[in-house]
Amino acid sequence: MVAHLPVLTIMIPLFAGLFMPLLGRLNRAIVWPLAVGALGFATFGSIHMLVDVATTGEAIHYSFGGWALPTGIGYRVDLLNGMVLAMIAGAGLLTSIWMLRPAQKEIPDEGRTSYYAVFLLCCAGFLGITITADIFNLYVFLEIASITSYVLIAMGGRRQALYAGYSYLIVGSIGATFILLGIGHLYMRTGSLGMADILSQFQADTSLYTLSDVRTAFAFFTVGLAIKMALFPLHGWQPSAYTYAPSPSSLFIASTSTKVSAYAFYRICFGVFGLAFLTDGLPEIRQIVLVMSSAAIVLGPLIAIRQGDLKRLLAYSSVGQIGYIMLGVVLLNVDGLTGGIIHFWNHAAAKGSLFCVAGALVFRTGSSRVSDLAGMGRRAPWTSAVLTVAGCSMVGVPMTAGFLSKWYLAAGALEADYVFVVPVLIASSVFTAIYVWRVLQLVWFAPKDVEPAVTSEVPWSMRIPALALGAACLVFGLTPWSVDLARSAAVALGVGS
Amino acid sequence: MLDVLSHLWSHYHYVFYILLMLIGLYAVLAKGNLVKKVIGLNVLQTAVFLFYISIGRKAGGTAPVLWEGKPETVPYENPLPHVLMLTAIVVGVSITAVALALIIRIKRGYGTIEEGEILALDEADARGES
Amino acid sequence: MILAFDLLASGPSVSIGICLLGVLGILATRRMPNVREGVSLTTAVVNFGLVLWMYGRFQAGETLGSTLLEIVPGLEIGFRVDALGILFALVASGLWILNTLYSIGYMRAHEEPRQTRFYSCFAIAIAACMGAAFSSNLFSMFAFYELLTICTYPLVIHAQTDTARAGAKRYVTYLLGASLCFLLPAMFLIWQASGAVPSLQFAEGGLLASSTASGFTLGLAFLLAVAGLAKCGVMPLHSWLPAAMVAPTPVSALLHAVAVVKMGVFGVCRIVFHVFGVDLLGRLGVADVLLYAACFTIVVGSLVALVQDNLKRRLAYSTISQLSYILLGVALLAPAAGVGGVAHIGFHAVSKITLFFAAGAIYVAAHKTKVSELDGIGRRMPITMAAFTIGALSMIGLPPTAGIVSKWWLVRGAVEVEQWPVLAVLLISTLLNAGYFLPIVWRAFFRPSPEGTPSGLKEAPLPCVIALSGTALLTLLCFFYPDLFVDLAAEVAGYEGGRP
Repeated sequence: MVAHLPVLTIMIPLFAGLFMPLLGRLNRAIVWPLAVGALGFATFGSIHMLVDVATTGEAIHYSFGGWALPTGIGYRVDLLNGMVLAMIAGAGLLTSIWMLRPAQKEIPDEGRTSYYAVFLLCCAGFLGITITADIFNLYVFLEIASITSYVLIAMGGRRQALYAGYSYLIVGSIGATFILLGIGHLYMRTGSLGMADILSQFQADTSLYTLSDVRTAFAFFTVGLAIKMALFPLHGWQPSAYTYAPSPSSLFIASTSTKVSAYAFYRICFGVFGLAFLTDGLPEIRQIVLVMSSAAIVLGPLIAIRQGDLKRLLAYSSVGQIGYIMLGVVLLNVDGLTGGIIHFWNHAAAKGSLFCVAGALVFRTGSSRVSDLAGMGRRAPWTSAVLTVAGCSMVGVPMTAGFLSKWYLAAGALEADYVFVVPVLIASSVFTAIYVWRVLQLVWFAPKDVEPAVTSEVPWSMRIPALALGAACLVFGLTPWSVDLARSAAVALGVGS
Repeated sequence: MLDVLSHLWSHYHYVFYILLMLIGLYAVLAKGNLVKKVIGLNVLQTAVFLFYISIGRKAGGTAPVLWEGKPETVPYENPLPHVLMLTAIVVGVSITAVALALIIRIKRGYGTIEEGEILALDEADARGES
Repeated sequence: MILAFDLLASGPSVSIGICLLGVLGILATRRMPNVREGVSLTTAVVNFGLVLWMYGRFQAGETLGSTLLEIVPGLEIGFRVDALGILFALVASGLWILNTLYSIGYMRAHEEPRQTRFYSCFAIAIAACMGAAFSSNLFSMFAFYELLTICTYPLVIHAQTDTARAGAKRYVTYLLGASLCFLLPAMFLIWQASGAVPSLQFAEGGLLASSTASGFTLGLAFLLAVAGLAKCGVMPLHSWLPAAMVAPTPVSALLHAVAVVKMGVFGVCRIVFHVFGVDLLGRLGVADVLLYAACFTIVVGSLVALVQDNLKRRLAYSTISQLSYILLGVALLAPAAGVGGVAHIGFHAVSKITLFFAAGAIYVAAHKTKVSELDGIGRRMPITMAAFTIGALSMIGLPPTAGIVSKWWLVRGAVEVEQWPVLAVLLISTLLNAGYFLPIVWRAFFRPSPEGTPSGLKEAPLPCVIALSGTALLTLLCFFYPDLFVDLAAEVAGYEGGRP
C-alpha cells in the first residue's frame, strides 16, 4: 500500500466526496465520520510520505498506469510539496472535526450532505494541485479546487455570501484561464506537459528563456496565480469571500487556499522554468514580485487595523501574510526561501487558529463583529488563549512560529541586498501588533460592566482543533525541526546559500 | 512595420484569439449584468480553446488515425491539444453551471442581477448593521 | 530539545520554575485570600533563597547555567549566572519579598478587585526578570524582556478605568513599539555582524569585539539597541513611565522603580559590556550619543520633577532622571564610572522603592496623593516619613545613605576620563534633587497640619510599615556595607583599581 500512497492520499478524499451524496442519502449520520476518516487517511498518507522523503532524501515518483513520464501523468512528492501536502491534509482534518457543530448551525439541513461532499472534493483538489508533476493536471486540480471553493463560500446563509462566491468565481476563472494560456504557450514551445521534462529542456538550452512566448507564459502564470493567491493588488475578491463564507469554509480556505496557489508559483518557478529563469532569464520579474509582496506585507495589516468585522480583519491580514511567502521566491537564497517555506506551516497554524476563534464567535453570537469579543476571556478562556498565542505568532513575537519566518526572511533579504525589506517587515509587525493588541485588549481587559456576548466556551469538537492549531504555533516556534525541513527543502530547490 | 504586418498575417489565428480574449475580458469587466459577465467568461474561455486547437494544427495534416498503408509522409494533426480542450470545455461548462446557479440564488436573494444594484443593497445593509 | 536538566547546573531555570509554580499556586488558591498571599510570599522567599544560593556558588567560582531550548542554531533560550545577572536577580528577588508584604497591606486596605490576577502577574513578572537576568544570550533576554512588558500590562491596567486604559495603552505602545521597531532589528544586525557562524551569546569583552562588520552597521546596531530598550527611560522614550503610574502603588514600587526600569538599564549594560564591549564602543564613538542623552535626561527629568504636584508623578520623573545615572556611568566607558553605574542598579532600587512605599502608605492612611497636601503629615505618620526622608537623602546623594556611594564612583570615573561637563551635570542634578525632595520633607515635618485634621498617629497597615522600614534600613545598610553591590559591579565593569 505504501507504494500507492501518493495516489491514495488524493483519491480517497476525492472518491469519499463523490460518493458522499449517495451514502448520505442512505444514512445522514455517516457523513461526518466519513469526512473525518477520509481526511484522517490523507493526513496519515501525507505525513508518511513527508517522513519518507525527509529520511531517504529522495523524492517519491508515481506514474499512472505504468506510463513513464513525460508520456503519462505522474505524481511527485519532494520535501517542499510534502510539507504543503501535510499542511493541507492536516488543516482539512482539523477543519472536518471542527465543523461538526458549526455546520449544523450554519448550513441548512438539506444542503449539509452536499456541503461535506464539496468540502472533501475541495481538499482533494488542493492536494492534487500540490502533488502533481504534470502541468495540465495542475490546471485540472486547480479548477476542481476553485469550483468547489466558490460553492463552499456561497453556501453561507446570507445573500452577501452568494455575491461573494459569484465575484470570486468570475475573478478566479479569469485567473485560471490565464494559467491555462500559460500552459498553452509553454506547450507550444516545448511540446511537453511534464514539469520535469519542460525543466530539462530549459536547462539544456537556456537560450529558450529569451523567447517571447516563454516569457509570455511566465507572465500568464504569474498574473493567474497572483489572482488565485490574492497577492496585492489582486486581492479584491478575498475579503468578502472570507467574511461571508460559512465558518468552516473560511477556516479551511483561509488556512490553505491562497497558500496552495503560492506553492504552485514556487513549483512553476523552480520545477518548470528553473532557477536560472529568475536569475538570468527574466530577472525583472523578481523586482515586480518584490514590489507586490512588499506592498502586500505593509498594506494588508494596515488595512486590517480599521476593520470592525473579525473575519474581514483576518482576511486583510492574510493579504499581508501571503506576501511573506512570495518574498521567499524573490530573495532566492537559502535563508529567504527557508523563511518563505516555513511560513506555509506557520501561517496555516496561526490563521487556522484565528479562524477557529472567529468561527467560535459566530457560533456563539451569530455574527463576527470584533466588538462582540469584549470580555470573552472570562467566559471562554481556552478559545481566548488560542487567540492570544496565534495573535502573538502573527506579530512575530519570539518563541512563536511567526518570529522564525520573519527572522529568516530578514536574513535572506540582507543577503540578497534588499535592505529595505527589513523595515518593511518591521512596519508590518508593528501594524499587526496594533490590531492584535486591540483584539486582545477587548478579550481580556473589557470594562467590567460589559456583558460578554460570548457566553460560554464552545463544544469540545471545536475546542480540540483550535487548541491543536494554537499548540502548533508554539511547537513550530520552539522546535528546530520545522525549520530544518524547510531549510532542506530550500537547499533542494538548488539556490546558492 | 511591414514585417510586423506580414508576421501578423502569417499568424492570423493569434490575432483572432487575442481579439476574442479581449472581447471576453471587456464583457466581464464592463458589463453590470451578472449573466452577461458569465457570457463574457465563456467568450474568454472559447478564445483559449481556439488558441490551443490552432497550435495543434499542421499544414496538410490529417486526423491522427493509423490505417493500413498510411504513408509515412502524411503528417497528422497533434491530438493532444484537442484532448486537453475536451477537459477544459468540461471545466468551462461546470463553471458556467455553478455561475448560473449562483445567479438564480442571487436573483432570489436580492431581487436583481445588476451588479450596481446589488452593491447598493449591500451598502445599505452594512449601514443598517452599524 | 531539552539538552540539560541537571538540577544543580540549571539554577536559573529552577528559579523561573519556582515563580511559575507560584503562579499556579496562586491561581489554585484564588478562593482563599490568606492562603493565596501565603503562597505568594513563600514563593518570593524560596526564590530569594535560591538566588542567594546561586550567588554563593558564583562567588565560589562555579559556572551555573544550561541551554533550555535551542530553536535553531544561534537562537536559543539559555542561561548562565554572571556578576551582572546575579546583581539584578538579587535586587529583584530580594525586594519582591518586601513588596509582597507591602502589597498584602495595601491591596487589602484598598479592597482592590482582581487580586488573584494581580499576584499571579506579579509572579510572572519576577519570573521574566529572573529569566532576563540569567540569560546567556541576547535572544533569551529579548524574549524575557517582551514577556515582562506583556505580563505587567494587566498590572498597569488594573483599575480598568478610562485613565488606566489610556495609561496602559501608552505603556504598551512605547515599550512594545520600541522593542519591535528598534531592539528586534538591532538584535538582527548583531546576529548578522557576529561572524561567519551567527551567534547572540554574551561574552566577556563583547560578542562583537572581533566583528568585521562596518562601523556604520555596528554603530546603527548599538543605537537601535539602546533605543529599543525603552524601559531604561532615557528621553525621548520616557513618557510611558509617568503614564504607568496609574497602576496600584506596589506595582509602581517594584516594577516601575525596580524590575521593569532596571530591566531596561540592565539590558543597556549587557549591550555595552557583553555584546559590543567597552573597547569596540571606544573605537566606534557611539557611546557618546548615549552619554549626551543620559546627561540631558538627568537634568530635564529633574526639572520636570520639580514642578509635579502629584507625588507619584514626581517620583516617576525622579526615576527617569536617576536611571540615567546608570546609563551615564556605563556610557562614560571608564571602569570606575561603570562601577558607579552598575552598582546604582541596586542602590537606586532600595531607595526608590522606599519612596514609593511611603507614597503608597500616605495614600492608604491619609488618602493624599499631592505634594501640596502633605503639610504636617510627618507628625501623623512618623515612621513612613522618616523612611521617606532616608530615601530622599539617598536620591540626593547625602550620607549616610546608599546614593552617595554610587555618586562617588561616578564622579571618580568622570574625573578619570576628564569629562568635566559630566561633573557639572552631576552637580546640577544633586541640587535639583535636593530642590524637589527636601521641600516635601520640610512640609511633612515643619508645616502645621491643615485645620480639621485629627491629631494622633495614623500609620498605614502593619505589613506596609514593616516593608517600608525594611527598605529604608537597607538604604542605610548599603551605605555602611556597600561591598556586595560594588564588588559585583567592579567585576562587571572590569575595575581593578583600589577602593576608598
